[in-house]
Amino acid sequence: MSQQAALGRPPTPLVALAAVAATLLVVPLLTLVVDTPWGSFFSLLGSEAVLDALRITALTSLLTVVGCLVLGTPLAWLLARVDFPGRSLLRAAVTVPLVLPPVVAGVALVTALGRNGVVGGPLHDAFGVTLPYTTTAVVIAHTFVSMPFYVLSVEGALRSSGERYDVVAATLGATRWETLRRVTLPLAMPGILAGSALAWARSLGEFGATITFAGNYPGTTQTMPSLIYTTLQGDPEVARTLSMILLVASVAILAALRNRWLTTP
Amino acid sequence: MTRLLTLALLLPLAACGAGDDAASKITVLAAASLTESFTTLAEEFEREHEDVEVELAFDSSATLAEQAVGGAPADVLATADTATMDSAADALAADPEIFATNTMVLVTPADNPAGITSYDDLATGDVTYVVCVDTAPCGKVAATLIAATGLAAEPASLEVDVKSVLAKVISGEADAGLVYATDAVAAGAAVQTFEIPGAAEVVTTYPIAPLDQSEEADLAQEFVDLVLAESGQQILRDAGFGTP
Repeated sequence: MSQQAALGRPPTPLVALAAVAATLLVVPLLTLVVDTPWGSFFSLLGSEAVLDALRITALTSLLTVVGCLVLGTPLAWLLARVDFPGRSLLRAAVTVPLVLPPVVAGVALVTALGRNGVVGGPLHDAFGVTLPYTTTAVVIAHTFVSMPFYVLSVEGALRSSGERYDVVAATLGATRWETLRRVTLPLAMPGILAGSALAWARSLGEFGATITFAGNYPGTTQTMPSLIYTTLQGDPEVARTLSMILLVASVAILAALRNRWLTTP
Repeated sequence: MTRLLTLALLLPLAACGAGDDAASKITVLAAASLTESFTTLAEEFEREHEDVEVELAFDSSATLAEQAVGGAPADVLATADTATMDSAADALAADPEIFATNTMVLVTPADNPAGITSYDDLATGDVTYVVCVDTAPCGKVAATLIAATGLAAEPASLEVDVKSVLAKVISGEADAGLVYATDAVAAGAAVQTFEIPGAAEVVTTYPIAPLDQSEEADLAQEFVDLVLAESGQQILRDAGFGTP
């Protein structure tokens, strides 16, 4: 507390602007809570359409995080630790989906992996595999938009932990694989956890790329955001309740994660 | 992490357009299926009124009705069914009038990869077909037709609006789709069109009305009159609409 006193009072303009920012973030969510017809909350929660959408959302967001962990970690490591020609170009390419409107991401995925896509076409002809309209397509779309968040987060953690511990481990006789497993990854753990949380959150809210690439059918490709959007076309009241369900679910999971892993000092 | 935050802050910077000031301007909110015909109608209206600019906003009828009730700065509302128009009743300056009708047809990509020869081929179950979600007007019609024809095969996807259905078919991501006759006309050679048995009995009607919040009430009424006049009706017929 003595440190606080030495720094003096927080400047009023800063406090005022911070208050505006907090209001902007909190008020819309509060009105959603107040405006939700809570009477129908639980009956809706039990309906088949909502249970299906929740199941698909939970499954796909979980698989997306697994996909990011398995594929994104090596990519982040490569970008942070290995010097190769075109590295900065690759890093830039990895960042692109971050700034891409999700619908454009969906169109890009259709162009590549659709039934008549550049990759999807031959895949369909050779093996009879079609990706659109399957849960796999939802996971691919989610991984496409979520992976950049994960890779950037992990790459940042790898860079800030630095290479010197790796070097020390190597001089002590550790192979590169051992170093990665016992030194590099444990040091990058905060970045891995934060990146997973970001990727998971992005996947939970993903809508544009999913509906464009994977479609929208209850039980296979309809996630909560898709269900909310289509319901909004017909019954805004129900859509508000559905939004509330998604909000409650995400806040609950976030709170659980925060207690366990994401506690900020 | 800082870089990530900066990016996150920049992401939602969407473009905010500002309209340029012509002498006067009216804004018409129209259902997505009216895209081609109302673009032509707007050009016709601008030809007749030299210093007037017509701005068009196309979206799903439900969204537009909600915007109209919410006080969106617009002058005319045209929706793809009477239910959505009724939901905007509070914002209407006059009783809505029916100006067009539409029916559903089955379309396939130009190369017809599934070899469809009639609507009945959907029942084989090997055909990947898409329809509108049943909360959208096009989905209500599709659901009625599917029930009436006893089609048991399920669609691969329920799209949010009829343009998405058409896009899925044209791009070949679906073997077939249920769209409005007008969409099939607009798509031209990009699709093959097949009749749906009983489609003539499930007709969608399009109402139009001037809005309360209009600051150009006279021009708004004149636009409605043009749509209902013979010249406007001819444009709509050319686009594949039926006459009420």
